[in-house]
Amino acid sequence: MPQQRRPNQLFRNLHAKVAAIPMILTATIVFVGGTLWTVLYSFTSSGLLPRLNFVGLAQYERLWSTRRWLVSVENLAIFGVGKMVFALVIGFVLAALLDQKIRFENTFRTILLYPFALSFIVTGLVWQWILNPDFGVQSVVRGLGWESFSFDPLYNPDIVIYGILIAALWQTTGLVMCLMLAGLRGIDEDIWKAARVDGIPMWKTYLFIVIPMMRPVLITALVIIATAIVKVYDLVVAQTSGGPGIASEVPAKYVYDMMFSSQNLGQGFAASTMMLLSVLIVVIPWAYLEFGGRKRHG
Amino acid sequence: MADVAALNTAGVAADAVSKDLAGPRGARPRRAISRRNVFLYGTLFVISVYYLLPLYVMIVTSLKGMPEIRLGNVFSPPMEITFEPWVKAWAEACTGLNCDGLSRGFWNSVQITVPSVILSIAIASLNGYALANWRFKGADVFFTILIFGAFIPYQVMLYPMVIILREIGLYGSLSGLVLVHTIFGMPILTLLFRNYFTSLPEELFKAARVDGAGFWGIYFKIMLPMSLPIFVVALIIQITGIWNDFLFGVVYTRPESYPMTVQLNNIVNSVQGVKEYNVNMAATLLTGLVPLIVYFASGKLFVRGIAAGAVKG
Amino acid sequence: MSVSIKELTLSFGDVEVLKRLDLEIERGEFLVLLGSSGCGKSTLLNCIAGLLDITDGQIFINGRNVTWEQPKDRGIGMVFQSYALYPQMTVEGNLSFGLKNARVPKDEIARRIARAAEILHMGPLLKRKPAQLSGGQRQRVAIGRALVRDVDVFLFDEPLSNLDAKLRAELRVEIKRLHQQLENTTMIYVTHDQIEAMTLADRIAIMRAGSIQQLAEPHTIYNRPVNKYVAGFIGSPSINLIDGTIEMNGVPSFVAGRTRIGIERYAFSGNGPKPGGATFGIRPEHIFLGRAAAEEPFTAEVDVEVIEPMGADTLVWSKLDGHELRFRVDGQVPIRTGERVPIGFDPARASIFDAETEMRL
Repeated sequence: MPQQRRPNQLFRNLHAKVAAIPMILTATIVFVGGTLWTVLYSFTSSGLLPRLNFVGLAQYERLWSTRRWLVSVENLAIFGVGKMVFALVIGFVLAALLDQKIRFENTFRTILLYPFALSFIVTGLVWQWILNPDFGVQSVVRGLGWESFSFDPLYNPDIVIYGILIAALWQTTGLVMCLMLAGLRGIDEDIWKAARVDGIPMWKTYLFIVIPMMRPVLITALVIIATAIVKVYDLVVAQTSGGPGIASEVPAKYVYDMMFSSQNLGQGFAASTMMLLSVLIVVIPWAYLEFGGRKRHG
Repeated sequence: MADVAALNTAGVAADAVSKDLAGPRGARPRRAISRRNVFLYGTLFVISVYYLLPLYVMIVTSLKGMPEIRLGNVFSPPMEITFEPWVKAWAEACTGLNCDGLSRGFWNSVQITVPSVILSIAIASLNGYALANWRFKGADVFFTILIFGAFIPYQVMLYPMVIILREIGLYGSLSGLVLVHTIFGMPILTLLFRNYFTSLPEELFKAARVDGAGFWGIYFKIMLPMSLPIFVVALIIQITGIWNDFLFGVVYTRPESYPMTVQLNNIVNSVQGVKEYNVNMAATLLTGLVPLIVYFASGKLFVRGIAAGAVKG
Repeated sequence: MSVSIKELTLSFGDVEVLKRLDLEIERGEFLVLLGSSGCGKSTLLNCIAGLLDITDGQIFINGRNVTWEQPKDRGIGMVFQSYALYPQMTVEGNLSFGLKNARVPKDEIARRIARAAEILHMGPLLKRKPAQLSGGQRQRVAIGRALVRDVDVFLFDEPLSNLDAKLRAELRVEIKRLHQQLENTTMIYVTHDQIEAMTLADRIAIMRAGSIQQLAEPHTIYNRPVNKYVAGFIGSPSINLIDGTIEMNGVPSFVAGRTRIGIERYAFSGNGPKPGGATFGIRPEHIFLGRAAAEEPFTAEVDVEVIEPMGADTLVWSKLDGHELRFRVDGQVPIRTGERVPIGFDPARASIFDAETEMRL
């Protein structure tokens, strides 16, 4: 019987390859190409236009001796730790409350999640208004008779970042709650029954049995919050524009301002490369744990 | 004496029986207002009030006149309801020298969102379909890069994208921004569709191949009709995501084609003139209206979109 | 030859799923691929269908080399375990989808659907959607979808595994009837269920770890398994296996501890008996109890440990000189745990395997 040669592999699944062209271009040109390009040009003295005159690490040295960048990094650290801790804790507590087979669960969930549908611009502007010292929370409390009460985060450089944190938490905790609720619902009902038969108190069941079982969801939430923290930009622009002074600047804003207002591209590239670095520190170990381990088993 | 003993034992037995009878029996007593419930619902109620407060503040402020705002506080309900701030926000509010209100931003956002949503979903669903059902060599490499792309801060790719858009002559135009949204929406949407198509029974795909349907035939005749829910989820993610975008809007468009969010920020945070808080809040509410309507209309699907968008390998 | 497979190899990376596999299937034959999960039986079927690209080798269907043809061009119809009906189409739509893709004329489509509906008794179902059908009806539609393609080769991938026991038995008969009705139609049927295999097959191919262990008629597979694996796989309850040695002083006999079984009437394959390590296999249903046992060439007494009454018959777990021995007796026979009872069997019906190669002696 006749032998048949293996057809050319390039043309197998040709339609699938054609359909994937946008994805291939995006992945290679924009994501890989763009990232490498930015890292490369962060070693140049580019100003108004990108130019390939290398200056070594000069941009980075300058970056780390600029007060505005240092303030930005410090703000991001406070904001990041605060948002991470509170979003996870509040999100989990809310999810646990909603998981008590309560009535009106859908109503409560709808209320807690709606801020997530709103943009950071809208969020920032509303909280700017609520935290306005002349009309907002401070004036209301003073109106109640506590004349010396003072709460004006948006006008006080020392605590302005907490004002932003409040708004950010309002916007995000609903999302974290939803993730956690999905995680709680994914836990076998029999675990609860077993714990009840064994007479383990509820808080202990949560702390020592349920939370360890929710590891995948917790990690997902952690990664989502972490990447969102690094990207924080619109919220600051809307709520404080980085003020008072430079008290609420963040790295993402530094990058934008350097690139598009100060005509100092090199600084922008160096700062964005630092942002990339910080994300990689979070994402690479996570990706290794999540996907690297699985490959070895498969 | 034996009688007494017998009597005694009989008495003990009777006691035991009566004890049994005295114990709890029947349905467990239910108390509607237990301490646990008071605590639970009380807490949830207080938290709900806190979460609803900003929405309430936006609404009441936008319905007050400026004199009333200067007198009262942000939480007090309006004594005299006026819709003038809404009209002003929509048609007269100024950004720079332009005083034609937020309506321009609204229509810009519509012109940006509609094609972006359609294009990004079309491309991403095809990607996901190719990745799930027509695995070809190297596909996984590109997919991994794409997913990593979801985590890379946009700031790293901002300027290279400027150059790309300039090279193909789309910098500053609405179509340029549409392209940007399509590209940066691709990771999450591709993941969404890939996971969904992978979850469909593979035998269905095999059956269609035996039946002689090709790449496009299977996509349009078998996969699409089965995937309407996931398309709705993608639609929700994209409409709210693109409508709410600020960074890409401000980087890749010119002032006359700014999306609503950018224009809103310029109106509220402009340093010129007297601050009109009621107009500002009306404008803010107007901008938030589209995603809020999508949110309240979509209900459970929005939650599903979040769970799906929450990167799961 | 209807289907012929030559030196077929399939690897995923370093893992060889199918190893240089040869298989010839006659026109009109009903061949069952039988094996436990992961043995490569479904993979082989997918390769024949063209749903998996093979690494090496060739596949011929009706004398045509189809190794690199598209599934639709191979002249096959396929039925899947999960039915794989297109949920948004009616039964009629499901049946006609393939024909429309092949641009078959409308009246021809109608004719073929009518014929399939008649054969499978599903005329009233044509306008319904799959969701409105029962499991059995769905699988009937799935078979119909293969039927309308008017092909010579049917591929079944565990078609009855998703059905409950009663429906499975019904559809099994229906598939057998269909095969008899459609002359010259070859059927290749993948299953892990030995009852299905025994009842349906003209020949069974028992697969393990990507290669075929034995390819023979059901009767041969049951009575003369080629190796220990096949012997253990076929039959329920499974065959009794006793490890020991073959001794040749005078008459050949199998010795395990104090038990000595004369095997002079056993039909050795090849060069006859040789002394050395061996495993003696005897099926539970070939062991008799009480008076019937006395007439058998080999008799012994065993200690009853556990009995499992199953109605029609009773399965007895016993010990023969410390070797576990299961056997089956009539359900009416009184037997109690702890008893010592006489049993007997004919060593000629046994299967003896080499201790090292595990091949039949």
